[in-house]
Amino acid sequence: MKVTEKNRHIYWNPYFGGFLLGLIVLFTFYTTGRGLGASGAMKSSVVAVVEQVAPSHAENNAYYSKFISEDKSPLNTWLIFEVIGMLIGGMISGGLSGRIGWRVQHSPKITKRRRLYFALGGGMLFGIGAQIGRGCTSGAALSGMSVLSVGGFLITITIFGTGYLAAYFFRKNWI
Amino acid sequence: MGPLIPNGVIPYEWNNILAILIGIAFGFVLESSGFSSSRKLAGVFYGYDFAVLKVFFTAAVVASIGLYYMDYLGYISVGELYVQPTYLWGAIIGGAVMGVGFVAAGFCPGTAITSVAIGKIDAMVYIVGIMIGVFIFSEFYTLFQPLYEGSYLGNITVVDYFGVNPYIFIFCLTIVALLAFFFTDMIRKKVKKVFY
Repeated sequence: MKVTEKNRHIYWNPYFGGFLLGLIVLFTFYTTGRGLGASGAMKSSVVAVVEQVAPSHAENNAYYSKFISEDKSPLNTWLIFEVIGMLIGGMISGGLSGRIGWRVQHSPKITKRRRLYFALGGGMLFGIGAQIGRGCTSGAALSGMSVLSVGGFLITITIFGTGYLAAYFFRKNWI
Repeated sequence: MGPLIPNGVIPYEWNNILAILIGIAFGFVLESSGFSSSRKLAGVFYGYDFAVLKVFFTAAVVASIGLYYMDYLGYISVGELYVQPTYLWGAIIGGAVMGVGFVAAGFCPGTAITSVAIGKIDAMVYIVGIMIGVFIFSEFYTLFQPLYEGSYLGNITVVDYFGVNPYIFIFCLTIVALLAFFFTDMIRKKVKKVFY
C-alpha cells in the first residue's frame, strides 16, 4: 500500500478537543482534588536554579523562600511531573501527525529574529503576570473556572480582554 | 468518595504517577487541537481562528458540569476541591499583563510546552522568557508584594461570593458558551483568511 503524505496541519475538531480536555480536568479533580497547571513548573525551575547557584540569596528572598523546604527539592512538585508528561504527550501527538522538527514559526511578513524577540518579551510578561495573578491560563483560568472560582473567571476575562485591547499593536506579527 | 487521593481511596504515592499520566493526556490533547501553533492560537485575537475559545470554553463547561453532576450523585465533594485564593487586584493586573504577553508571543505556558515538545524554537525562547519573568518578579518581590498579597478575598467561588445557585450558574455559562461559539463562527466567515 502506498503511503501518502497527509496534511500535517489538520487538527482535531475544537469541540472534540475541548470535550476531552474537560474530561481530563474532571479526572484530575476527581483523583487529586486539584486542577491542571503549567506556569508553576517554570516557577519551580527558577527557584531550583537560584537555590543551586546562590543558596543564601534564595533563602533570604521573601518569594523564593516560600517554595524552598529542607527535606525536598523545589523540583519535587506535582506540576513538574505533570509538565514532563505534557512534553511526552505533545511529542506523541506531534510525532503521529508528522509535525516534529526544528523550526521557528512566524508570519511570512516578519523576520525570524523579530519573532524570537517577541516570543522572549511575551514570555517575560507572561512570567511576571502569572506570578502576580498566581497562575496562568491552565491553572488559574481553566481549572479555576471549572470549580467556579471567582479568581478563575476574573483572570480569564482580564487575559482575553487585554489580549483583544492589545491585539491592534501586535497585528503586524500575525496578520 | 472523591477526591480520591486526599480522601485516601488511592494511596498518596500515586500522586506523582498520576501527574505524569495526566500530563501526557493534557499534552496530547493540546497538541492535537493545534495549540502547538502560535499562529493558530493568536487567531482568537484577530478573528481568523477561534480554536482557543472553543477548546477552552468547551473544556470549562464540560468540567464544571461534570464536577457538579458527580457532586450531585455523591461521587465527589465539590467543597473539598482546591479553589485558588482570589486577590482582586492581583488577578486583574496579573491577567492584564498575561494578556499582553499572550498576544505578543502567541503562547500561554501550557501550549508553549507542547510546542517545545515538537521542536519549535520560538516556544523554547518563550519558555526562557517566562523563566526570566519569574526571576524578575522574585528579585523585585518587595515592589510587587502589596499587589501580590493585597485585596485578599479568600478561596471563593461564585457560589460563596455572590450566593448564586451553582446549577443555574453553570446552565447560564453553557448558554453563554454556545452563543459565543455561534457568533464567533459568524465573525470568522467575515474575516480574511490567514493561512499558516
